[in-house]
Amino acid sequence: MGGHGVLLLPGLRRWTPGRSAWMSRLCGGVRFSSCTPKVCIVGSGPAGFYTAQHLLKTHQNVHVDIYERLPVPFGLVRFGVAPDHPEVKNVINTFTQTAKHSRCRFYGNVNVGKDVSVGELKQAYHAVVLSYGAEGNRSMGVPGEGLAGVYSAKDFVGWYNGHPSCRELNPDLNCETAVILGQGNVALDVARVLLSPIDILKKTDITQPALEALVRSQIRRVLIVGRRGPVQVACTIKELREMVNLPGTKSEMVEADFDGVTEALKDLPRPRKRLTELLLKTALDTPGDKEQQRRHQASRTWGFRFFRSPSEVLADADGNKTVGIRLAVTRLEGSGEGARAVLTGEVEDVTCGLVISSIGYKSHPIDPSVPFDTRRAVIPNTMGRVKQATGLYCSGWLKTGPTGVIATTMNNSFDTARSLVEDMESEALDLSSVKTGSEVISALLEERGVKSVSFSDWEKIDSVEMSRGEASGKPREKILTVEEMIQVART
Amino acid sequence: MAAAAAVRSSMGLTLRLSRAIPDCSSCPLNRLKSCGVNPQSRGSFESFRTMNRHLQTSIGLCHSEEGSSNAEDPEDVVNVVYIDRSGQRIPVKAKVGDNVLYLAHKHGIDLEGACEASLACSTCHVYVNAEHFDKLPDPAEREDDMLDMAPMLQENSRLGCQIILTPELDGIELTLPKITRNFYVDGHVPKPH
Repeated sequence: MGGHGVLLLPGLRRWTPGRSAWMSRLCGGVRFSSCTPKVCIVGSGPAGFYTAQHLLKTHQNVHVDIYERLPVPFGLVRFGVAPDHPEVKNVINTFTQTAKHSRCRFYGNVNVGKDVSVGELKQAYHAVVLSYGAEGNRSMGVPGEGLAGVYSAKDFVGWYNGHPSCRELNPDLNCETAVILGQGNVALDVARVLLSPIDILKKTDITQPALEALVRSQIRRVLIVGRRGPVQVACTIKELREMVNLPGTKSEMVEADFDGVTEALKDLPRPRKRLTELLLKTALDTPGDKEQQRRHQASRTWGFRFFRSPSEVLADADGNKTVGIRLAVTRLEGSGEGARAVLTGEVEDVTCGLVISSIGYKSHPIDPSVPFDTRRAVIPNTMGRVKQATGLYCSGWLKTGPTGVIATTMNNSFDTARSLVEDMESEALDLSSVKTGSEVISALLEERGVKSVSFSDWEKIDSVEMSRGEASGKPREKILTVEEMIQVART
Repeated sequence: MAAAAAVRSSMGLTLRLSRAIPDCSSCPLNRLKSCGVNPQSRGSFESFRTMNRHLQTSIGLCHSEEGSSNAEDPEDVVNVVYIDRSGQRIPVKAKVGDNVLYLAHKHGIDLEGACEASLACSTCHVYVNAEHFDKLPDPAEREDDMLDMAPMLQENSRLGCQIILTPELDGIELTLPKITRNFYVDGHVPKPH
């Protein structure tokens, strides 16, 4: 079990050697404002780790404990980043350094909200940072959404990335066409995984069950549907380029969707302009001989469909399986980023056997005592300080909503850490009383039969996954159940 | 993806040949697990030099990219000034072939490199002073793609991990973008639709 070196001597009460005991004696009864500040962070994804990193760097005394519900750390870096984007996962090295910092401790397998409450954490620590991200997803809110063959992108991605809660998804890939709602990077990741040559996927850390399902998959066509137009598409150029260059595939778009787009180019800021130029080229350019040849040999197709919004998922005669999706036709009001999609009244039916909704992740409230904005699904805050609460902070998607890449989350987390350090130094945060931090929490957890997983326990899991992967030429073979993770952690 | 991988590995090769990044994955010491250096520990580059006092690896990967223990060749020195996020100027004496990102790390400058120089993030975003900006080789398409994601993009923006020092870059000044205290770091407020 993790902890700050708790010794159990027979017949004696538990005591902690070292600094915190000394500080307690020093601080006891004296108004001494520089007791060792103790902060806990809930969630060990990029937000949690970047917040910890910045705290440790800018404050020389603070101790940081990171609590994580799963036995394994790193959140979406492990479960969200696509298997064929291993470089994006390099950030794990930075997080590992942070976890191994002498003033940082990782406690995995602890469910805040169930095993221990936010209130108990607030008692034990000077400050609590909530960075548990967005584990839910927005729903389309259309009839047929519950049919077999309809999945949220969150679950589909969780399935191919080995999230324990998505293990039993077993999506049926025995159909020719898949329709993805949403045109962000997650939608493109899903399209790319559905259409990538197996030779590429089999060398990644995609889970074995997902790989086997994709080997058997009949899917040859993926449509990526959005309710607005090409200029509003939410993905970024790197992901678009990957689709355009995906071996064995060719694109098919509707030319009419691009009316007026070339004229709009000149007013666009650079990132949007480059993206739109690539989109136009892909959709409209006449291919040269080599490209013609490549397209002729392509066995799989993908395309964006614009100005379409889901209105119903269509079932077979028995009413069980997905056989198609009814899309409402939209038109744009306004232009640029603020353009809105308005229904025209027309509909279009598309035959498909797989529907994946990729319209956004969503955060959930953790505890009734923590303010939560249910409309925006974020914790109300100012620069990371939770509104109408003291000693409570938030970072990452929980703070700003579920969009952004690792760099965005990094800045966001540094920002929260900065607010927290400011508060420590200005005494807006009360540091005068000694907090026992993980000592009291560890005792509570033990009473409740919860065994936390330390960072070195995670390293055992890490090592087992990597050596299993080696056997099949993969960077790792992920362990798929919490039970097995804990079993390995205890060896 | 295969094309992207080819570009990536050739860029990596260029950076490795210029002794800018140690690549442990192809070093025989790593395979034999006899390097003894935690490759994840950023500050460990000093150890590479010690390890190789007795062993010559032809790849030259394990040579530290920090200041050589031999006498400095004045023609090899490149003066660099980092301007950190608080506006403080930090002059650094570097060498031809040094990588701007790892040089910053060596001198404790808080330039993040989340993806470790593999053109998969924009956390090493810097502004290059006008005088030296044009002396840099044009960014590869992949660098431009990642720069598009950087908050507060400017005309003189580059990714630090792609800047390799040459003699003509002597005097270069690299400014770290300020992280603004906004809802979105670039002041952007998403319009609901």
